Amino acid sequence: MTLKRFLGASALCAAIALPALADDDPAIAARQGQFKLFSHNFAVLGGMAQGRVDYDAEAAQTAADNLFHLTRVDQGRLWPEGTDSASVEGTRASPDIWDDLDDFVAKFGALQEAAETMQEVAGTGADEMRAGVGAMGQTCQACHEAYRDEAS
Amino acid sequence: MSARRTLLLGALGLAVAGGLWSLSAPRPMDASALAALDGDARAGSAVFLAAGCGSCHKAPGREADPEILSGGREFASEFGTFIAPNISTDPEHGIGGWSQAEFINAVMRGVSPDGRHYYPAFPYTSYIRADPQDMADLYAYMMTLPADATPSRPQELGFPFNIRRGLGLWKALFLSDDWVVTGDLTEQEARGRYLSEALSHCAECHTQRNALGALDTGRWLEGAPNPSGRGRIPAIAGPDFDWTEFDISAYLESGFTPDFDVVGGTMADVVANLQQLDKEELDAIAAYVMRAR
Ligand code: HEC
Ligand code: HEC
Ligand code: HEC
Repeated sequence: MTLKRFLGASALCAAIALPALADDDPAIAARQGQFKLFSHNFAVLGGMAQGRVDYDAEAAQTAADNLFHLTRVDQGRLWPEGTDSASVEGTRASPDIWDDLDDFVAKFGALQEAAETMQEVAGTGADEMRAGVGAMGQTCQACHEAYRDEAS
Repeated sequence: MSARRTLLLGALGLAVAGGLWSLSAPRPMDASALAALDGDARAGSAVFLAAGCGSCHKAPGREADPEILSGGREFASEFGTFIAPNISTDPEHGIGGWSQAEFINAVMRGVSPDGRHYYPAFPYTSYIRADPQDMADLYAYMMTLPADATPSRPQELGFPFNIRRGLGLWKALFLSDDWVVTGDLTEQEARGRYLSEALSHCAECHTQRNALGALDTGRWLEGAPNPSGRGRIPAIAGPDFDWTEFDISAYLESGFTPDFDVVGGTMADVVANLQQLDKEELDAIAAYVMRAR
């Protein structure tokens, strides 16, 4: 994915024109809601992978389908400049995101790829799914390590 | 004031200063005990992971090569910025020319080969509780790692924290090899305590510090401000922490919380290291954490 497609040209302009909006920018709650939906679905697969619940091919496939589509949601208006943790309260988005947008976008791309693989394997067997969970978790972790601050 | 009293006070002052000076002297370990140790590099690689040496000493921007311990990472604190030195096997810029005894004294006592004190940003405050045999194994392992000639940078600290000798007094006050969690521990809990309090130094991040930068053992593992200044290191003991033993071990193995959020920040490296250990070791840490609260 290109940077411009990730952010959308209009979002960049809006962010430059309206930095004062950042304080209660609805983009923050929206992207946090998106991540909660990631976890909500990832929990189905992770719970089976850790043996907290029994493997169920149909439930696994549904969760993987959801993750595939959730990670395709256009990020264009979710990351306006000035919505980082050093500028405003209520977000854990590190300012480093905007210093190294190419890398941030690449890390999101890695998640999208992992979600695609997951969609292919989730319904085919517990071991296949478990491998997919590990690989997908690595992509979440890589981004959180670099770009998500600790909670306050 | 009479001449005699001045003299007396002067003598007293000298005695106090002399006392402080000798109190602040480095205290290396018993040389003959160290000389008898014979390290095993294979065992040392597990110690290296458990102790998280690489998390601080690997080069920023060269994470793909975690065996290059050329230093350069910065750690912000109230006292200034600490910079991890080169501990690769380079004989000039790293520790390639160090003896086993010099290495163990650095890691377990915070004393350099030329007798200077290290700052406790290097968590010898935890490693002091380690088994010297594990440190000999670690030495043997680290001597197999590649050399890198990046020079170490000096610490960026203001007065008076830039005076290393003063650290001797700090050590006299705060450096202790006592266990923090005590009582009747099962064998598994004791192993977990060894891993957590001596090697993996959980408390160095998860425990609040006092004004002098020493851990507040009365609030052990109950969370702390993030030294980076953004957010907090979460509590893993106390009333706000309600994870099960299974949850903790699973998190150290996978990075997944019970809600399937995924680990981030400086804890991501801790997980990346610990998940390479045997699962029994992670279960032991989890048993200890449950016990600690
Ligand atoms: C490309 C980077 C990136 C990837 C990949 C990523 N995250 Fe995140 N995540 C973030 C950032 C940045 C935040 C902080 C957002 C904020 O607070 O504004 C976050 C926040 C979260 C939160 C907290 C939401 C809240 O505020 O309650 C959860 C849960 C989460 N992520 C789960 C996941 C899971 C699960 C995955 C993988 C399936 C994942 N994330 C992948 C960057 C990422
Ligand atoms: C939390 C970060 C951190 C961890 C973990 C850590 N160190 Fe360090 N280390 C430092 C810092 C900072 C210094 C510099 C201290 C000073 O200059 O006073 C240092 C100094 C050293 C030195 C002295 C180097 C010299 O040139 O004098 C050695 C040796 C060393 N560390 C080895 C280790 C080993 C072995 C481990 C694992 C058992 C380890 N360190 C874990 C931060 C860390
Ligand atoms: C280098 C600092 C550091 C060390 C050492 C460390 N932690 Fe952490 N820990 C953190 C940070 C930072 C977080 C928050 C992670 C995040 O934001 O996703 C955390 C989170 C956790 C959590 C999740 C808590 C929650 O409510 O989400 C647990 C459990 C945990 N650590 C246990 C441990 C144990 C056990 C050890 C020792 C074996 C340890 N940690 C060592 C920094 C550290």
